[in-house]
Amino acid sequence: MERAWLPWNRLRQLGVMGLNERNADFILPYNSRRNFPLVDNKLLTKALAVEAGIPVPELFGVVEIVHQIENLKELLAPYDDFVIKPAHGAGGEGILVVTGRHGGRYRKANGVLADEEDLGHHVSNILGGLYSLAGRPDKALIEYRVKFDPIFENISFQGVPDIRILVFRGIPVMAMIRLPTRLSDGKANLHQGAIGVGIDLATGRTFSGVWHERPIDQHPDTGGHLSGRCIPYWDEILAMTAQCHDFSGLGFIGVDIVLDAQHGPMMLEMNARPGLSIQLANQLGLQPRVRHVQAMISVPTVIAERVQTAKNLARYTAS
Amino acid sequence: MRGLHVKLLALLLIVIGVSLCWFKVTRLGLPLMPTEKAEVWTVEARIEFKVLKDAAIKARFYIPRQPGGFTVVDESFVSGHYGLTTEDDGLNRAAEWAVREVNGHQVLYYRINLSKDPSIQPAPSQANTAPPIFVPRLPEALASAAKGLIEDVLKKSADARTFVRELLVRLNAQSPDPNVMLLRQGVVNEDDWVRLISDLLATANVSSRPAQVLVLQDGMNHGALKPWLEIFDGRLWVSLDPWTGEPGLPEGGVLWHIGNDAVLDVSGGKNAKVEFSVSRRAQDRTLVAEERARKMGSRLMEYSLFSLPVSVQNVYRVLLMVPIGAFLIVILRNVVGLKTFGTFMPILISLAFRETELIWGMVLFTVLVFLGLTIRFYLEYLKLLLVPRLASVLIIVIMLMAFISVFSHKLGFDRGLSVALFPMVILAMTIERMSLLWEEMGPAEALSQGFGSLMVAALGYLCMSSQSLEHLIFVFPELLLVVLAMTLLLGRYTGYRLTELWRFRSALRS
Repeated sequence: MERAWLPWNRLRQLGVMGLNERNADFILPYNSRRNFPLVDNKLLTKALAVEAGIPVPELFGVVEIVHQIENLKELLAPYDDFVIKPAHGAGGEGILVVTGRHGGRYRKANGVLADEEDLGHHVSNILGGLYSLAGRPDKALIEYRVKFDPIFENISFQGVPDIRILVFRGIPVMAMIRLPTRLSDGKANLHQGAIGVGIDLATGRTFSGVWHERPIDQHPDTGGHLSGRCIPYWDEILAMTAQCHDFSGLGFIGVDIVLDAQHGPMMLEMNARPGLSIQLANQLGLQPRVRHVQAMISVPTVIAERVQTAKNLARYTAS
Repeated sequence: MRGLHVKLLALLLIVIGVSLCWFKVTRLGLPLMPTEKAEVWTVEARIEFKVLKDAAIKARFYIPRQPGGFTVVDESFVSGHYGLTTEDDGLNRAAEWAVREVNGHQVLYYRINLSKDPSIQPAPSQANTAPPIFVPRLPEALASAAKGLIEDVLKKSADARTFVRELLVRLNAQSPDPNVMLLRQGVVNEDDWVRLISDLLATANVSSRPAQVLVLQDGMNHGALKPWLEIFDGRLWVSLDPWTGEPGLPEGGVLWHIGNDAVLDVSGGKNAKVEFSVSRRAQDRTLVAEERARKMGSRLMEYSLFSLPVSVQNVYRVLLMVPIGAFLIVILRNVVGLKTFGTFMPILISLAFRETELIWGMVLFTVLVFLGLTIRFYLEYLKLLLVPRLASVLIIVIMLMAFISVFSHKLGFDRGLSVALFPMVILAMTIERMSLLWEEMGPAEALSQGFGSLMVAALGYLCMSSQSLEHLIFVFPELLLVVLAMTLLLGRYTGYRLTELWRFRSALRS
């Protein structure tokens, strides 16, 4: 194909999807507003996922009103480590990870110790709606802290790496793994400085990564090589994400999966407005794949068939 | 399918908007630019007379009907305690001032503002039939001279118009024949001349009537009407120059009165006289057009924003600019891809800039946000609940505003007073979001978004304070349909944002 010169024509040629296109052609027609609460509210998502038989991090408790903060100590007593997160959080904000206890205090993921009052303030911020969309009052979830799979040992700096899979009409279309760095402060968000590493849908093997929109092959903090790693349970992961489409009723979603050392893959959360950085991590445009899926007259109902479709799709439209 | 629907809708809106606008420009003469000026002539007739002892006064003064080639912008009478009536008999209009008891020297004024407009036809006159001709009784000598002249002229003319022209050629001749010399002897002033022509025409069986014309001349003082002539050409009355025979009115002439009567008639007074003064000035064309449209009875203008009280008009002058700002935001966010605090927050800030002016507005905004942020970081340390914290920020912002106003007033910068016009709730929210962003994404991101919002607000201010844009939208509010159409079209824009070209630059490079 002749190389287009104008930058927008060139992007179009590469099949890169832009935010306007995502909003107008995919989110508006495929994601019914009615179903947004199912994914925006992590409590609901969790309940639906459990019902559908999808593994999720265990829920230890919910704080719904400010008054309950007084009982936080008793609520947390049985657990050494846990995560506190807002039910309506977005972009990984408001998540507090406690990795253990030290004296009467809690050790946070970055090593800093926090006391009862700090935790209480964080929970009250969550309840007040600081981290929720549009600042509405929210609930705080306390759940199992994922201990990540040793495969990520030397390519992750604090925090938990998660696998983001974009699912369109129930068919996974693109995947990446997001690795926290010192810069991203343990968060797995690309624009906060996490590394995005593309994953070959067909094999579950990682490509090289992208950090700050620049190609990278070594983790900047740990030095571990990014490419060529095989994600375990790959087929199960694909199947889980395909199932997530079924219970959410949303056509265009991003599903976040974490790999726990003991429990294997678990679904962390879903996003009805998935970001487009996944294209950067894979160095591949989304358009050819989503347009192919869009053109399918009907999508197979059997999960295994959808996983197969996804793998074939990846083979035909690899970069 | 949906795309086509939006495009058709947008097309419809654009067609409606543009054609309404076109109609207003071409038919009603509304100007597209605010600087367009129309020439407005102010004519003032000053009537003065002395009251006879113990007499009731009745002053009758002829005033123009709709003159051809001019729009009457407005008309006024200064009549003190006189009762005033105007009447229109289908040929002339007259104003009649009346009062029962008055003493001494009296002055009355009639003022009319006229604007040149070649498309205006004179008001139709009812009397388009030839009146019976009274052949004047001329003295014997004159009668035979007239007869001789007319016989000569008749031979060389085909109709009323050519007859008059030929007659005037003879009368004006450098070396007149004896008949003409005789006729010219009795003429001392312009009125006599017109009467002579009129008499000659009557003798030749051509209907004519004298008329009075005011020739507009800037700076004219103590001016008088100029006698003119109208003849009946068999179908219509036509004006013509009683000296040259040229048809029509003189350049810049307003037909004031037709007929033999005096223009001013005062009963109960003496030494009555009327003087005209004329001045020219440039006036906003919008006002002229609006006045004209109202005279034409155009429904469109009757229901325009100009029909509102002036204070409400001024509110709408501002409000109607908000869509322009909103459209700017749509472009900056969906086509350029800028990030701002809040969707329409920058527009509210730029509305505040309208009052404070740009540079001062930006300085005050920056100072307020900076002070607010500093205090907000202190509040963070107190670990307050969300809503009380927001409320505290709001209270502090208002106190800061009051402080800045008082402080700058003491220092003598009165500009600082306008800080009170900033939407404080918006400011408090901006400070809160900025501080959150500061904590979560770092100072660089917070400052860049803050700076971006300020730039968008400044850009919004520049668009929304543009005089010509404001004029255009206020005079042609239907253009908002075009703005709406373009916004709808952008609502289905699926192309890349400019910032995405940067975001995906690594893909472009490969």
